[in-house]
Amino acid sequence: MTHRFSRDDSNNGKPLLEVRDLKVQFPTPDGLVKAVDGVSFKIHRGETLGVVGESGSGKSVTFLTVMGLISSRDAHLEGEVMFKGRDLLKLPEVEMRHIRGKEMGMVFQDPMTSLHPMYRVGYQIAEAVLAHEATSKKAAWGLAVDLLGRVGIPKPAEAARRYPHEFSGGMRQRAMIAMSLVLNPDLLIADEPTTALDVTVQAQILDLIDRLKTEFNAAVAIITHDLGVVAEHCERIQVMYAGRVTETGTGDDLFYRGHHPYTWGLLQSIPRLDAGQTQRLLPIKGLPPSLIFVPPGCAFHPRCPYVMDVCRTEIPTMRLEEGEHAAACHLSSEEQQRIFTEKVLQQT
Amino acid sequence: MTTTSQPSTQHVGVRPLLKVSAVRKYFPVTRGIVFQKRVGDVQAVDDVDLEVYPGETVGLVGETGCGKSTLARVITKLHEATAGTLEFDGEDYTHYSRKQMRPLRRQMQIIFQDPYASLNPRKTVGSIIGDPFRIHRIVAKDRIKGSVQELMERVGLSPEHYNRYPHEFSGGQRQRVGVARALALTPRLIVCDEPVSALDVSIQAQILNLIEDLQTEFNLTYLFIAHDLSVVRHVSDRIVVMYLGKIAEIAPQADVYRDPKHPYTATLLSAVPIPDPELAKARRRIILQGDVPSPINPPSGCRFNPRCPRAQFPICATEEPLLREVGPGHTVACHFPLADAGDLIEDSRRRAGSDSPLPTPPAV
Amino acid sequence: MARYIARRLMWVLLVVILVTFLTFLIFFVIPPVDPAILFAGRAPSERLIEEVRQSLGLDHSFWVQYGLFVKRIFLGDEYGWPGFGLSFVTRSPIRENFLERAFVTMQLAIGAAVVWLILGVLIGLTSALKRGRWQDRASMGFALFGVSAPVFWLGLMALYIFWEKLHWLPGTGYSSFSEGVGQWFLHFLLPWVVLALLFAAFYARMVRGSLLEAFGQDWIRTARAKGLSERKVVYKHALRASLTPVVSLFGADLGTLLGGAIITETVFNLPGLGTYVVRSVQNGDLPVIMDVVVFASLAVAVMSLVADILYAYLDPRVRYS
Repeated sequence: MTHRFSRDDSNNGKPLLEVRDLKVQFPTPDGLVKAVDGVSFKIHRGETLGVVGESGSGKSVTFLTVMGLISSRDAHLEGEVMFKGRDLLKLPEVEMRHIRGKEMGMVFQDPMTSLHPMYRVGYQIAEAVLAHEATSKKAAWGLAVDLLGRVGIPKPAEAARRYPHEFSGGMRQRAMIAMSLVLNPDLLIADEPTTALDVTVQAQILDLIDRLKTEFNAAVAIITHDLGVVAEHCERIQVMYAGRVTETGTGDDLFYRGHHPYTWGLLQSIPRLDAGQTQRLLPIKGLPPSLIFVPPGCAFHPRCPYVMDVCRTEIPTMRLEEGEHAAACHLSSEEQQRIFTEKVLQQT
Repeated sequence: MTTTSQPSTQHVGVRPLLKVSAVRKYFPVTRGIVFQKRVGDVQAVDDVDLEVYPGETVGLVGETGCGKSTLARVITKLHEATAGTLEFDGEDYTHYSRKQMRPLRRQMQIIFQDPYASLNPRKTVGSIIGDPFRIHRIVAKDRIKGSVQELMERVGLSPEHYNRYPHEFSGGQRQRVGVARALALTPRLIVCDEPVSALDVSIQAQILNLIEDLQTEFNLTYLFIAHDLSVVRHVSDRIVVMYLGKIAEIAPQADVYRDPKHPYTATLLSAVPIPDPELAKARRRIILQGDVPSPINPPSGCRFNPRCPRAQFPICATEEPLLREVGPGHTVACHFPLADAGDLIEDSRRRAGSDSPLPTPPAV
Repeated sequence: MARYIARRLMWVLLVVILVTFLTFLIFFVIPPVDPAILFAGRAPSERLIEEVRQSLGLDHSFWVQYGLFVKRIFLGDEYGWPGFGLSFVTRSPIRENFLERAFVTMQLAIGAAVVWLILGVLIGLTSALKRGRWQDRASMGFALFGVSAPVFWLGLMALYIFWEKLHWLPGTGYSSFSEGVGQWFLHFLLPWVVLALLFAAFYARMVRGSLLEAFGQDWIRTARAKGLSERKVVYKHALRASLTPVVSLFGADLGTLLGGAIITETVFNLPGLGTYVVRSVQNGDLPVIMDVVVFASLAVAVMSLVADILYAYLDPRVRYS
C-alpha cells in the first residue's frame, strides 16, 4: 500500500504552525466569553507539544479554532493561525475543509461517542480518504484496513467491517487515530486522547502516538490536564490558564525550573506516585475565574500566593528566560528562581 | 475457598470495622423476551475478602470492569450480594432489610463520583445537607439550619450559600456538598467512590486535603475507591488492587510503589505517567497487550494469565492463585510473585524476544 | 437477524390471537340483541331464527364458535381466502366488497404517507438547519397549525376553496386508476394532503428535534474534522442517525391508517374501510366490524414489525443485541 505523499521540506526551520495573538470570544446571553485571550505559540515538525491546563483554560478551544471547527460563524476570532505559510483564519471554508483531515488530523477525548454508531469503522476511515483524494472506494477501503493494522488493531480486514459498538474504548481510540492519520497529515492534534481510558490502555495509546509521530514525520499537539502525560511524551509544554499562556518551555524547564506560580501550584497539587513519603498536597486556593469576568491584570492573581500590586492591574507579558523557556509573570526572574528552589522543589 | 489472608500483624486483636467475606456479585445475562433464559453471569465481584480497620484508609484500585464500584455498592447495600457475608463492627448485615439498615446507614455513608448527579437539583444545598438530620431526627428542628451551616463552614462552603441550588456551584463545591451530606450523621465509615475523578487538578487537591483533615477530626474510616493509582496511594494506608472481579494484591502504602508483588500491580504502576521528565526517561515501562477480557467468561485459573508477561503454563491457566502473605500486611494472589520490580521487565523482554509476545495458553 | 425476525413474528402471532379473541368476545358475547334475530330479518318466526342460528353456527359453545371464527379467518371459507364471512345486512359474502374498500384505503394511506414523509423531513430539515431564523419559526408555526387543526375542518375548508370556489379539483368520491390516471390523481390529491398535514407536522417536529440532537454529537465534530463537506455531514451523518427513530414511528402510523381513515374518507366520500366500518356500526353488521378490527390490528402489527426490521437494519446497535 503506498500512501506516502511526498512532503515538501522547503520550509525547514520555519515552524509548521504558528499561532499569533489568537483571540476567540463567544457571545452569550450573559456576556462575552473570552475563551482564548491572546495566545501565541509554535509547533515544529517532528515535535510533540503538550498543552496543559484545567477546564476553561482555553486549550481545547485554541485547537478547535486551528482546525477550523470553530469559525467566525460561532465566535469572534482575532489573530493569525499560520500553517505552512497560510493564515487559516483568512481561508475560505472550502479551502479550510481540504486542510482539515488531510493536512491536520484531530483525535478527540471520548472514543465512545466520537465515531458514527451506524457506519462501519472501515467506511468511516475510507470516507476521510474519499473526501480528499480522487481514488476508488476500493482503494480507500484498502487504505483504511492498512491503517487499522498499523495502529495495532488485530485482524484489520475483519475489524474494518465492524461497527464502533463492537470495539472496546481503546480500540475505538486506535480507530480514531487511524482515521486522523490516514492521509498522512503534517499535524496531529490529540485533545485529551486518553482521559476516558484506563491507565494501561492510556499507555498503549500514548506509545502508539509517539511511534506514529516518527513514522509519519508529523508534528503532534497533545492537549491534556495530566502533567504526567506531558512529562513523559512531550518535547515542549505550554501551560494555559483562563484563555492565556502562562508558561512555556521544555519538560525540564517547567518541572525543574518553573517560573510561573500557576505551574508551581499545579506541581504541588498532584499526588505523586513516586513520592517516598506522602506529603500533604498544597492546593491552589480558590476557584478558576469566570471567562466572562476575567480578573483584571494577571488572571491568576486572585489565587496567587505571591501577588503584588502590579498583578492586579497589568497583564504580564511573556518574558523569555533561556532557550524557549518563557513565562508571563510580574515577579522578577531571580525572585522566581528563589521561590522555586526554596518552596517548590522542597515540596515535589 | 476463603483463606485467612488478611490478618496483618498491625491489626492483631483489633476487630475490623468492616468485614467482607467471600462476597460475590453476579449479574445474570439473559436472552429472549417472553421466556428469559439465563445464558451466563457477569462475574463483577468474585469471592472477595476484605477487612477495614477503624481509623485506616483502605484504597481500592483497578481498571474499568475490575469490580471496585460494584463492591462499593454491595458494601453499602445498594446492590444485594449474590453470596458471602458483610459485617459492620461485628454485626452481620448481609441480608438486612431497608428498615433494618437504617441505624447502620447513620454509621456508613457514601460519597459519589459525580456530585451533580447525586444531588437533587430542585432542592437547596441547605436542605440537601440537612436531610439526614430530618430523616434520622437527631437534631431538633429549629437547630437544623445552624448545624447545617456549621457543617458547610467545616467543608469549606460559605454558610450564606444555604439557600442556593446545586447548579449554582462548581464541581469542587458540589463535591464539598456531598462530603457535608455524608458527614452530617457523624458516620464511622465513609465509602468514597471516585470522589475526585471528575475534578480539575487544583480542585482535586483541595478535596483530597479536606477528606484527610476530616479523617483526623471526626475519627473516620475510609474505603477509598478510584482508578487513579497516584490518588489512591496518596490517601491510603493499605491498597487493594483488583482485576476482573478478584483481589490481586493487598499492600501497605509504603510497599506498593517500591515493591509490588503481583505482575498486574507492577504493570499498572508502570503505566501511570510520572510528572518528572528525568524519572520518566529512566523508567522502563511494561505495556500490556490487548484489553481486559470479558467478565462474563473470565479466563480460568488466574484471571490475569492471558496478558501476564510472567505466566507459566499450565499452572496459571488451571489453578486459581489464592491470596497469601508475602510480607507484613502484604498479600498477593499470584503463583509467581515478583521478588523485585525489575523481574517483570526481564520477563516481558524475554517474551518480546520470541515471535509471539505472549505464549498462547494450552487449551484446558 | 433471522432469529430476531422469528422472535418478532411470534409476537405478531400472539397479538393476532389476542385481538381475534377480544374482538370475538366483544361482539358475540356482549351485544344485547341475538345476532340470529338480527340476521333473520323483519318479524322472523321462531323456526327461522333457529335455522339461522344453526347455519351461522351460533348454537355451538363459545369456544367452538371462537375456533370456527379463527379458522374462517386463517383458512378461508366457501367464498375464498381469507374468509371474511357473510354480511348480516346484505346477506352476501363480505370478501369482495372488503377487498375493494381495503384497496381504496391503501391508496389513500400510502399516498398520504409519501406526502407526509417528504413534507415532514423537508420541513424538519429546513428548520433544524436554519435554527432560530425565520425559516425555523415559519416551519414550527406550520407544525403547530398542522397538529392543532382538526382533519374534518381542514378537509371541508380545502374542498370549499379548491372545489367550490376555484374549481381546480373535480370534487369528492373515488375514481379508480383504470378510469384514468389524471382523474385518479385529482380525486386523491386533496385527501392525501389533508390527511398528511397532521402527520407531517408531527414528523417535522420529530426530525427537527433529532437532527438538532445529532448536530450536538461528538461524531458530527469528527465528521467535520476529517474534512467532509457540510452537505455530507448533514445528509450522510446527521440525517442518517435522525431518521432511524422516524422509521419505527412511520411503520406504526401507516399501519394504523391502513385500517381506515374514518374522517378523511367520510369528508371526501371515499369508499374505504373507514366509511365501511362506520356504516356497519350503524347497521349493526357485526361480521364486517370484526373483519375490519382484525384487519386493522394485523396491519398495525405487521407494519410495526416491518419498521422494526428496517430499524434493526439501519441501526447496527439494535441488530446485534
